[in-house]
Amino acid sequence: MKTAYETIIGLEVHAQLKTQSKVFSMCPAKANELPNTLTDVVTLGLPGVLPVLNAQAVRFAVMMGLATHCSIRKVSRFARKHYFYPDLPKGYQISQYDEPLCEHGWIDIDLESGETKRVGITRIHMEEDAGKTIHDADRNESRVDFNRAGVPLIEIVSGPDMRSPDEAVAYLKVLHNILRYLDICDGNMEEGNFRCDANISLRLHGQERFGTKVEIKNINSFRYVHKALVYEQQRQAQFLDDGKTIVQETRLWNSEVNRTESMRSKEDAHDYRYFPDPDLLPLVLTDETLQAIASELPELPDDKRRRFVRDFHLSEYDSAVLTSTPELSRYYDAVLASWGADPKLAANWVSTELLGALAKDGKPIEKTPVSPENLARILHHLSSGSISGKMAKEVFEKVYNEGADPDSVVSTMGGQVSDPEALLAILRDIIANNPAQVEKYRAGKTQLLGFFVGQVMQRTKGKANPTLTNELAIAELNR
Amino acid sequence: MKIDADEVRRIAALSRLALTGAEVERFATQLSSILDYVSKLNELPTEGVEPTSHVMPLSTPLRDDVAARPLTREAALANGPSHDEFAFIVPRVI
Repeated sequence: MKTAYETIIGLEVHAQLKTQSKVFSMCPAKANELPNTLTDVVTLGLPGVLPVLNAQAVRFAVMMGLATHCSIRKVSRFARKHYFYPDLPKGYQISQYDEPLCEHGWIDIDLESGETKRVGITRIHMEEDAGKTIHDADRNESRVDFNRAGVPLIEIVSGPDMRSPDEAVAYLKVLHNILRYLDICDGNMEEGNFRCDANISLRLHGQERFGTKVEIKNINSFRYVHKALVYEQQRQAQFLDDGKTIVQETRLWNSEVNRTESMRSKEDAHDYRYFPDPDLLPLVLTDETLQAIASELPELPDDKRRRFVRDFHLSEYDSAVLTSTPELSRYYDAVLASWGADPKLAANWVSTELLGALAKDGKPIEKTPVSPENLARILHHLSSGSISGKMAKEVFEKVYNEGADPDSVVSTMGGQVSDPEALLAILRDIIANNPAQVEKYRAGKTQLLGFFVGQVMQRTKGKANPTLTNELAIAELNR
Repeated sequence: MKIDADEVRRIAALSRLALTGAEVERFATQLSSILDYVSKLNELPTEGVEPTSHVMPLSTPLRDDVAARPLTREAALANGPSHDEFAFIVPRVI
């Protein structure tokens, strides 16, 4: 979109951490349980209770900080953020304010143009999730479920570095992928364990000062993030064109009518009255702890992608595809591990045959009917020359659709005919029965080679080894 | 430090407190005098002193990530002024 305005976008992402227990108590942290079956005295904020910090939640938050090149504060502090809402049992949320755990990081995103752009991570802090309210319009009342209250969250705040909805989605996908590789968050936007609020403003090209920003909430899929930002970009441009002033406000994305709607204006904007939580002492991390966490970090998507290009000579595109989810990259690694398949061949088969078939069925890689082991066996038969590429595809289909065993499919198919004696016998018969074609070939019409090879294929029902048949045909015809 | 009636009304609104006009006046005076008293601390020379949120030189203890049995739903809901079998009930908020 070419307009007079430059779009400025920053994202706030809330990621639920995959711990067993809540961030400040031993209450189990799980999703999809019956309402109010996952609470305890800390979750409910009953008088006299004290929060005790979950070591695993801290470890996960530090992992994300390290994976996004943040500096980790050795001393960070928890603060109370006050607001009154029924989903918040204590009347405040324990969060971090002026001394967050992680700051000043960055991640790289790939742009449509093929360029790489670095997006700043302003901070990552720890906090607790709130409960859920369910509104009953008929009865004029709301119901509150505290199962989610106290589940550990990290809030990842980007710099105002993105310049288009495309960039915002690219950034979000990279963050999402890192969280999934670290295996610290389920990353399901629809289920709300990975949530995104977007800040967006417009300014004239060349203007230094940012325009008034609007915060968009309630966006629960990658597609809606894009749609909401495009909508808001156009709405603000229209406002500015009309000489109106943008109001700083929070707007909700309404996916039913595809627009953002005003939620509250700045006049009654919240005053959170942050102060250090007296119930929690500072969180102190030693160098040893930080080093231990750093040494346990798994290979991250960017590193894996670079390794695929460097070690396996895959194209940038293929390695981006194969590392686009941790499950897919694990699948590819497993194919290579079991039969020592050729990495390029395996990459082609995974990204073309397998992903193609899965896409047709709308299945994710986790639901693949072809195990990495079985794909590796098919590729093994293919590389050893016992089946042709065409036959390998048939074997793949049988394994994919019928759950067949690749080895038995290959043996019932009779395998590829690679016996030179058998092929020669067929060839000589064909040559004897087609003297006119032989004459023409010998007179220089060498493209007739295809005719002879085709005849062999017909006789063998496509099972003749094509390379060998070609060689033998040339030798026989030039005799 | 002077806290005026508007400030009291703002704080009351944030705290969801309903105050009468007389209470607003009374709290404005009281809050001002409390802050005046506490502001005596500003007379101390604190240059070079780290801001302190706790007086004890301790760091927060960490807990292993182990889940214990949660409260039963009956027990959890028992103290709610209004609830049904599954959830706390509050006046409609949206």
